[in-house]
Amino acid sequence: MSSIPYIVEERPDTGLTNAKLGIWIFLASEVMLFGGLFSAYVFLRMAAPAGDFEYWGNKLSIPMATINTLVLISSSVTVIMAWASLKLKDFGKYKLYMGLTLLCSFMFLVIKYFEYTGKFHHGIFPSSSTFMGIYFTLTGLHGLHIIGGIVVMGYMWLPVGNKMWKTNPEMFTNRVEVAGLYWHFVDLVWIFLFPILYLL
Amino acid sequence: MSNNEHEHIQEHIKIYLNVFGALAILTLVTVAVSYLELSTVEGIMLALAIASVKASLVAGYFMHLISEKQTIIWILILTFVFFLILMFVPLITVTDHTGIN
Repeated sequence: MSSIPYIVEERPDTGLTNAKLGIWIFLASEVMLFGGLFSAYVFLRMAAPAGDFEYWGNKLSIPMATINTLVLISSSVTVIMAWASLKLKDFGKYKLYMGLTLLCSFMFLVIKYFEYTGKFHHGIFPSSSTFMGIYFTLTGLHGLHIIGGIVVMGYMWLPVGNKMWKTNPEMFTNRVEVAGLYWHFVDLVWIFLFPILYLL
Repeated sequence: MSNNEHEHIQEHIKIYLNVFGALAILTLVTVAVSYLELSTVEGIMLALAIASVKASLVAGYFMHLISEKQTIIWILILTFVFFLILMFVPLITVTDHTGIN
């Protein structure tokens, strides 16, 4: 049925399913993508006039970002609960937890939307300062990752997921796990973005 | 599914919820700490230390790295080395300009 081998059973030489090895290599490349931008942040901050990053950083809303951090952490726990529910063969619970994950991810985007538009209303744009340039780049790229996660997890939450669960439950469980790994990574990036952009 | 595996998952769920609690508390701690009167270096060190603890919890428990296969661990060690190189590139450029000012 599937053309890619070792989707359900582990490959003898790697001890992993291909999907899991694949997602980890992808996440390694993601580390380099965000790493490059984190490195740019350090570079720009070191070169900026004293107090410049603090001045612009103080314009960001800490309460909104704190709520967003909690929302994202919650979505990380719900997505793993969704996977655990599948392991326990409880598809109803999976639907519930995956639904909650999607709800959290939409909430994150809505809060982010209000943050962005709040800045625009005050005439603050990426071009306003070096800090705002890197702020919008980093959070924008992170936001795109959130949207990517919503697309994948939404697909598996919709009725098409029920069908996949019926035809090949193990493959479906692995897919949810792999999507979950990606989602935890998106959470992980935010864990670093939050202090360096909002708090320092 | 065997009863054993069922219990195994149930145990994991308990761990996930504990990790969630720890992450939520650490988020509030990191915000509280940012209001303390610390020097920039102290502030950065403390914030990054808390973020690293949180990241380790997510990677270790949610992403199952504490019990993951060697292949993945090696990929990540290699990634970490390259990540460090990436982070130190800005420092190398500093020496380019020493003595120019």
